[in-house]
Amino acid sequence: MVSHSLALPMICFTTLWGLVGIVAPFFVPKGPNRGVIITSLVLTAVCCYLFWLVAILAQANPLFGPQLKNETIWYLRYYWE
Amino acid sequence: MSSLFRSEEMCLVQLFFQTESAHNCINELGLLGLVQFKDLNPEVTAFQRRFVKEVKKCEEMERILRYLEKQMVKSNIEIAETTEREMVPCPRDVLELESTFEKLEQELREINRNHDTLRQNLIELMDIDSLLRMTEDFFEEAETLLSCSEAPSEDSMPMTISSPRTTRRNSSFSMTGISGPLHLGFIAGVIKQERFPAFEKVLWRLFHGNFVLRHAPIQVTEEVEAMQRGPVKKDVFIIFVQGEHVREKIRKVCEGFHASLYCCPKTLFERKEMSNSVMTRMEDLRIILRRTEEYRSGVLKRAAEHLHEWGSKVKKMKAIYYTLNLCNIDITQKLIVAEIWCPVADLASVQYALVNGSEQSGSTVTPVLNRIQTKQTPPTFNRTNSFTEGFQAIIDAYGVGTYQEINPASPKQSLVLMDVLLGGRYIILLMGLFSIYTGLIYNDCFSKSFNIFGSSWSVRPMFHPRGPWQNKTLHENHHLQLDPIVPGVFSGHPHVFGIDPIWNIASNKLSFLNSFKMKMSVILGITHMLFGLTLSLVNFVHFRKFQEIFLQFLPQLIFMLSLFGYLTFLVLYKWSISLSSESAPSILLLFINMMLFDYHPEHTMLYPGQKAVQIFMVVTAMFMVPVLLLVKPLLVYRNRMKSRQQVFSNHLNDEPAADPHSSFSQPQKEELVSMGDVCVYQGIHTIEFCLGCISNTASYLRLWALSLAHAELSEVLWRMVLQPGLKLSSSAGSLMLALLFAAFAVLTVAILLVMEGLSAFLHALRLHWVEFQNKFYEGSGYKFTPLSFDSLTKTQQ
Repeated sequence: MVSHSLALPMICFTTLWGLVGIVAPFFVPKGPNRGVIITSLVLTAVCCYLFWLVAILAQANPLFGPQLKNETIWYLRYYWE
Repeated sequence: MSSLFRSEEMCLVQLFFQTESAHNCINELGLLGLVQFKDLNPEVTAFQRRFVKEVKKCEEMERILRYLEKQMVKSNIEIAETTEREMVPCPRDVLELESTFEKLEQELREINRNHDTLRQNLIELMDIDSLLRMTEDFFEEAETLLSCSEAPSEDSMPMTISSPRTTRRNSSFSMTGISGPLHLGFIAGVIKQERFPAFEKVLWRLFHGNFVLRHAPIQVTEEVEAMQRGPVKKDVFIIFVQGEHVREKIRKVCEGFHASLYCCPKTLFERKEMSNSVMTRMEDLRIILRRTEEYRSGVLKRAAEHLHEWGSKVKKMKAIYYTLNLCNIDITQKLIVAEIWCPVADLASVQYALVNGSEQSGSTVTPVLNRIQTKQTPPTFNRTNSFTEGFQAIIDAYGVGTYQEINPASPKQSLVLMDVLLGGRYIILLMGLFSIYTGLIYNDCFSKSFNIFGSSWSVRPMFHPRGPWQNKTLHENHHLQLDPIVPGVFSGHPHVFGIDPIWNIASNKLSFLNSFKMKMSVILGITHMLFGLTLSLVNFVHFRKFQEIFLQFLPQLIFMLSLFGYLTFLVLYKWSISLSSESAPSILLLFINMMLFDYHPEHTMLYPGQKAVQIFMVVTAMFMVPVLLLVKPLLVYRNRMKSRQQVFSNHLNDEPAADPHSSFSQPQKEELVSMGDVCVYQGIHTIEFCLGCISNTASYLRLWALSLAHAELSEVLWRMVLQPGLKLSSSAGSLMLALLFAAFAVLTVAILLVMEGLSAFLHALRLHWVEFQNKFYEGSGYKFTPLSFDSLTKTQQ
């Protein structure tokens, strides 16, 4: 999948975790465990989304690049796209 | 939502029921297990309570049951387990049970006594039997002595008598001064083997050898051992002496050594007769003993069938009487008043249970429930199921939540890798799932990365014509670093999910990862703490302490946001913009200079106007400190002054007939905490919060540290254990690889899963308990302990 910039993954994942954390709680069936399930969903969504967001933002504008061995560079030059 | 976030809403209910139906009603409530009885007679000591006799009776019954159980265990009788619920016995049945128990106990004790007596008799008979058999030899000797000595001789006759069974020293002795037919008297008995040497010594000292002593050990047969309950070695002895006087002395000595003396007949014929009678008596005794034992086990077996049932009945009775002791008995002796705490949601079931109880007892009047308002703090009750039980137990270990404050038992605890052993299986499951997710984000699976989406970094643009590298640059340098400024090297869009796989093969991987993980830890930490702070706001709203919101919550929030929220903003901003690497300012230095108000023109800023914004943030934060410290005590002081003035003016306006004590006692009751205490408490709280902010934020860096340690361990295991195994090219390589893989697996499980898992759980728990909960949790409640027969039976087993 060709991603043009940061925007596409951002939209995708925000929607995904938004669905899990904000929309899904409305569809939890009524019962004694409703509170637990909703809390679990919201916490999962928040934690996972935050974790992913930090990871992608940290790589968005790198200040320095990876330092590779010359053999690795040689291999990557010819075998990676 | 409320069921997890807060403890249940409890209400205080007054119960009225009749004395006859009391037992059944309390029984039903106990089966329900949702009701905690309040002690209505706290001033009364345990001995003065109304049902103290009945409780004592129950305890006595329990003692008897324990005695019965011990007897059963000694006789290896199986105690049957009961699984059905028994009906509670009413007071009449209690008397019946009591008498049954007493009868059983008496019977058993009598049987045991008889058994013991019979046993003793049998042992004695056995001793006599052995005595008779062994002294046969001695008597033969004595007779030869007599026949020898009839040859008149006044010389001393050496008597070196050594019978193969005796162990006395061989020495001759004389029987002087005797002429004519010897008239030997003797004493026969049984003595414990260990006492025999001392016995012999005493006799020698007393009588200087004027006696003949023979002894032989009794053979210890199995039967004897069973009778005596253990091997006790005994010796048979017989002493031949002359003269009555001496015999008396010897008798006294024997008494002193606890030797049992038996009269032994002199003639052979009589001895044979005695031996036969002893034999028959022993046979009889053995039969009687066997019968006694059979009877005893019969009694115990019959009791064993009911033992469990009785036990739980007695336990229930005791619990019911104990509960009745907590209630108020009306003076007219017809009504019992009880006060209970119960969850509001369960009022209907409590009512139903009470109606059931009164129907069972056959009374026509249904019990009355009367809910009353109270200012007392109810107990804290969190309804849990098997999923939430583990988490709740952990929170309660820190401190039972104050009534209805937010319950921090959220289902997700861990922010770092791997499984855990403490707590419930659901905690382990959730930690495991999140660890897998973390592994995907860090792109680290057994220290290797997945390349699913393709890397954002490419090497080719670094070469001519687009980049600075030549082919010979490759040959000359061992390590070369990619430069993101060169166009095409960095594709412009970061790796979609997680860390780019190229970092795994880079030699400066740690430079990037450390920076990333540290900043991530700080961001997660500040988010966690802000969440905790928000929960304190929710608590304030719930308990209607709106003043606290402005005095406590807002200053804390502003302090935290202006310093650490700004730090988070700096981190995120720096990540979002593209900078040239030479001019990029370090966030750490920026932050330090901000606090020190150190702004030089050569320090580059991230965005225009940064200086002004930063000065504003720091000043705001500093201003919040005195607000947090002083405003609340001042307000409290002002309120007290105002109320005191009001009391004075009321007092002046009132008629002198008004009681002066009541109006003075009112403000004193509210002034339970003095001004000094308020100031000190607020000062401590301010310092704790402000300094705590900094230290707690740094504390979250443990997330980075654990992650780094774990990654390094994983890499070591790969590089030192598995990779050499895969590189083996010898013929035995496959076998070696198998062994190395076994080592790899064991080390992975032991170190990375078990040890690191425990460590992760522990650190996560610490972060939760300290850094998160000190923003809002008080934890000063008392736990709801309902009367529940289920938990009683559980403790019994």
